[in-house]
Amino acid sequence: MQLTVGPNQFFWDAAIWRDFYLRLADEAPVDTVVLGELVCSKRLPFYQTRFPEVIERLQAAGKRVVMTSLALITLKRERKLTEDLVDMGLEIEVNDLSALPHLPAGAAFSVGPLVNVYNESTVRWLQARGARSICLPPELPLASVAILAGAAPVAIEAWAWGRLPLAISARCYHARLHDRAKDNCQFICNADPDGRAVDTLDGEKFLAVNGVQTLSATCANAANQLPGLAAAGVAALRLSPQAEGFLDVCTLFRDLIDGRIDAEALSAAALPRAPGGQYADGFLTGRAGVDWSGAAQRLAASS
Amino acid sequence: MMELVCPAGTPAALRAAVDAGAHTIYCGFADETNARNFPGLNFSREELAQGVDYAHRRGAKVLVAINTFPRAGAEGLWHRAVADAETADVDAVILADLGLLAHAAEHHPDLRRHLSVQAAAANPDAINFYATAFGVRRVVLPRVLTVAEITAINREIDVETEVFVFGGLCVMAEGRCSLSSYITGKSPNMNGVCSPPSHVQYVETKGALDARLGGYTIQRNAKDEPAPYPTLCKGCFQSGDMTGHVFEDPSSLDAKDLIPALAKAGVTALKIEGRQRSRAYVAQVVRSFRTAVEAVAAGRPVPPGTLASLTEGQAATTGAYRKTWR
Repeated sequence: MQLTVGPNQFFWDAAIWRDFYLRLADEAPVDTVVLGELVCSKRLPFYQTRFPEVIERLQAAGKRVVMTSLALITLKRERKLTEDLVDMGLEIEVNDLSALPHLPAGAAFSVGPLVNVYNESTVRWLQARGARSICLPPELPLASVAILAGAAPVAIEAWAWGRLPLAISARCYHARLHDRAKDNCQFICNADPDGRAVDTLDGEKFLAVNGVQTLSATCANAANQLPGLAAAGVAALRLSPQAEGFLDVCTLFRDLIDGRIDAEALSAAALPRAPGGQYADGFLTGRAGVDWSGAAQRLAASS
Repeated sequence: MMELVCPAGTPAALRAAVDAGAHTIYCGFADETNARNFPGLNFSREELAQGVDYAHRRGAKVLVAINTFPRAGAEGLWHRAVADAETADVDAVILADLGLLAHAAEHHPDLRRHLSVQAAAANPDAINFYATAFGVRRVVLPRVLTVAEITAINREIDVETEVFVFGGLCVMAEGRCSLSSYITGKSPNMNGVCSPPSHVQYVETKGALDARLGGYTIQRNAKDEPAPYPTLCKGCFQSGDMTGHVFEDPSSLDAKDLIPALAKAGVTALKIEGRQRSRAYVAQVVRSFRTAVEAVAAGRPVPPGTLASLTEGQAATTGAYRKTWR
């Protein structure tokens, strides 16, 4: 089973962004790296000049490099960005279906987790259109993953690590939390490299906001579900970047897949690295997404 | 005149909407194939056929929403819904899923296809893609766009657009939100529900009434205060030193005053949310909006509103249609 590093969902300083990917190129035991801006087109000018160096280093290290589209494309400028992305000549990960018509006819592409792929017909349609890998929406239970992995000759990928992307909006919550208009956000999402915590009135960890995106407060961890995912024929696990300790996470998942450690060992070793400090795998087990199949760690609701 | 597309959760609401002046009614089957899959709501096959007959005799159209995302291994349920809608002689089906659109285009080519808001087609490239690939004739626009953006979209597409003007307001791009299933296990995309009542619990605490969703407190009201329904994204939370409605206030959409602007933007149809609402509510809203679209068609101003009492928490917003909302 392969490992894919998903696109960084957050807004980091360009130097930090560059160092993160150069280290990933040199040290991380992963097969594919998805680069580019997923969440907010306004962030891109701050770091896009670093793309060539990072792409070259990743490719030199034998990694497959894929460029993501934005998750929500509304502005003319964003449609142009999508066209420019295609001109880079790398494989595209479609995370908004409107990127699809921009692809050259017959070009192979990937489908990201923010495209709604819920059933066999959709998998088959995308595969016929040229999709060679599909990262399924994190919301899907293992039962569906297994059916979809057998639906067509396309590599199926499952979300295995990182804060879950739960929603995308036209409204910027970072700007709203700072009483700013979206057009005058002053890039305040940069202050929260793993998202800004949103807690309940009882102080329980609940969600995290990242500009126009809403994420889980918990960190998804599919380690306990690896046997089911492998049996289903899943070709790759997706790990989502975070500010600290990500190389360790990549190594732990490689060790888990190769049988050097078990799921319990991975979860114990990775917990200090988990954004939010709590795990979830409830989507895969068909329960509420926030649930976790391992030892209880979620604070009980105070009553 | 702009077309008024009105909700019906029951046959009685369908008749009430037609009688109140709806040009078009939309409804769904009583199962997980539609995004308002609530107990006691929606239509059997027989009720739909009767409803279509009632509407057609009075010159109104009926659309059927089959706008959840078919479950892997169970697509037959959704395929049957499309076939049965065609048999019932409906005027169009409202679909969101790629696979289901492909199925409908292939097996029911003469059945008119609308793109559901759940597909969140938010730009001309997306809309033209659905039109070209699946012969979609009308697109319900996601509630993330300003009036200026809608104007620009209509210049670049050949299909009709329909926009929401009244009722519940999604803050997130529709069909791309799993907040509800993250907390409750039930989602709009997979189950046709959001923040379902089965997972809501009210708990009295010191002088307050807490509303919990999946065990998490998402709303706290004083006991004598009206408590809006605890929809996850309209909840009250803490973030840093801010306590409040992080995502959106418990308000609902009322874009009646924007009807002239939307007409100018090239919008074909105006949609009222609320298949879960009573027929009295539906009749009142439909009457008010019918008067408004008639006024606009005659070049008169929109009559002043009387619907404040029907909005969530008596608070209304024009949502994303005005840029400042973002």
